[in-house]
Amino acid sequence: MSDFAKIIKKRKREDLIFNIIGISCTLVGIVTLGALIVDLLIDGLPRLDWQFFTSYPSRFPDKAGILSAWVGTLLVMLVTAVTAVPLGVAAGIYLEEYAPKNWLTSLIEINIANLAGVPSIIYGLMALGLLVYQLHLGQSILTGGITLSFLILPIVIVATREALRTIPQGIREAALALGSTNWQVVRYHLLPYSTGGILTGVIIALSRAIGETAPLVTIGALTFIAFLPPSPIQNQPPYVSFDWLWSPFSVLPIQMFNWVSRPDREFAVNAAGAGLALITVTLTLNAAAIYIRYRMRKKITW
Amino acid sequence: MYSFSQNQIETVGFEPKAKIKAEVKNLNFYYGKNKVLKDINLSFAENKVTAIIGPSGCGKSTLLRCMNRIHDLYPDIRYEGEIILYPSGINIVSPEVDPLEMRMRIGMVFQKPTAFPKSIFENIAFGLRLQGERRKNVIEEKVEQALRMAFLWDEVKDRLHKSAYNLSGGQQQRLCIARVLATTPEILLFDEPTSALDPVATAKIEELITFLKEKVTIIIVTHNMQQAARISDYTAFMYLGELIEFNTTKKIFQNPSKKLTEDYITGNFG
Repeated sequence: MSDFAKIIKKRKREDLIFNIIGISCTLVGIVTLGALIVDLLIDGLPRLDWQFFTSYPSRFPDKAGILSAWVGTLLVMLVTAVTAVPLGVAAGIYLEEYAPKNWLTSLIEINIANLAGVPSIIYGLMALGLLVYQLHLGQSILTGGITLSFLILPIVIVATREALRTIPQGIREAALALGSTNWQVVRYHLLPYSTGGILTGVIIALSRAIGETAPLVTIGALTFIAFLPPSPIQNQPPYVSFDWLWSPFSVLPIQMFNWVSRPDREFAVNAAGAGLALITVTLTLNAAAIYIRYRMRKKITW
Repeated sequence: MYSFSQNQIETVGFEPKAKIKAEVKNLNFYYGKNKVLKDINLSFAENKVTAIIGPSGCGKSTLLRCMNRIHDLYPDIRYEGEIILYPSGINIVSPEVDPLEMRMRIGMVFQKPTAFPKSIFENIAFGLRLQGERRKNVIEEKVEQALRMAFLWDEVKDRLHKSAYNLSGGQQQRLCIARVLATTPEILLFDEPTSALDPVATAKIEELITFLKEKVTIIIVTHNMQQAARISDYTAFMYLGELIEFNTTKKIFQNPSKKLTEDYITGNFG
């Protein structure tokens, strides 16, 4: 055998070894996720029926349901989206397109990146001090939504900036060379072209917020609640009501936590059912994000 | 004063009847502390093509980008001297002049086609809307006119509302030219408009430039000397931020007066 052949054989063996290591590492992730879902399905699927979604929590496991929890999750997410998206997108646009590139901007950028890594319970503590004790917003849906909004703001800002950065500089120059102002470039070009990227980031941020428990427990979300917030739509003028914003609430992960901590085995089944509902929502959101990204990539390729 | 002086007619060889469209006077340009244009003096004749040539980094694009104040988008830049635009006599690089106005009056076509990911129609309508045009029929009329002027109408008239990204590179570049033409610019700036295109598309753009000079004053930066020789009436040769020689294209290419110009033209460096 020639020297080259020997060397090549040895290197190919190394290549194969890494290939095997890589596959095993990947499998750890996939198998864990698979096991998790299968476990939830086995425990929770039989529990998922109409009654489960339309009942309040109860002392009796077979009569308990997640009505107040999923309504709470929905309304809190609504507040989170409505507050975090405009704030985050505007801040992202400012930092990427308007802010002068100096040490102050760099400092702000580093801090935003750091904010994304702050443990969520710290946000809960901050919200408790600021929103509940100082601004007296109460232990309400509004407080919960704003708390989660703080939590995902850095993700939305970073996603917005990333989406803007993929747009070639030539597009900006071409629009500006026709006499546009910065705002016209943002309004008529950058925003429409980056909607897909921004939306993907927003959805991923929301799917993170939806699973949060700690900050909501900190601000005083309830673990047992047997009534719904006032309906946003009324049957008499002015037909819309915002009273629900001030209502106490619970959310799916808190409901789950509550059930899991009970000794009764029946409640563990309920927890699995609630978990299944939660993971379905999260996976659906992620699927939507992937689909939007795919659609946008197909439409615009730089 | 926007006709050439007798002196300029004799030294540069401007046609006696030619008018000045823009005049660069003692122009210096700085990036931070770095002086990249050094005392440029040069006139652009109306309805003629002036080419700016020179090796990479000589400042030819920098000079072109002074003409529509696109430099102002970036921090830490400074102009000294004047660029007078005739007949209004406005100094383009004066701090009192709004760069946005200059960009509306002086059009620019870039190296890479910069079509917007919108429909062909919307690509052109955008510039018109920026200028305040709201009447739908006027916009439609001007879009067609611009596309015809850019030799693109026949190729796209059936798909005006389809994405501009379905066009080839050469078609996209002509779309960018049409977009600028629709806004009836006083000067049309080309920054190496064919360097990203194949020879056939390049020939079409060159033909178009020759046709357009009857309507608009054209300044083109190119690294392709043959292109400058083919399409321009006047040529400016720049080197290391200085204007080395400026004359009729014929004179520059056949009988340059400076050794440096001759070396560059004959390919001894660059």
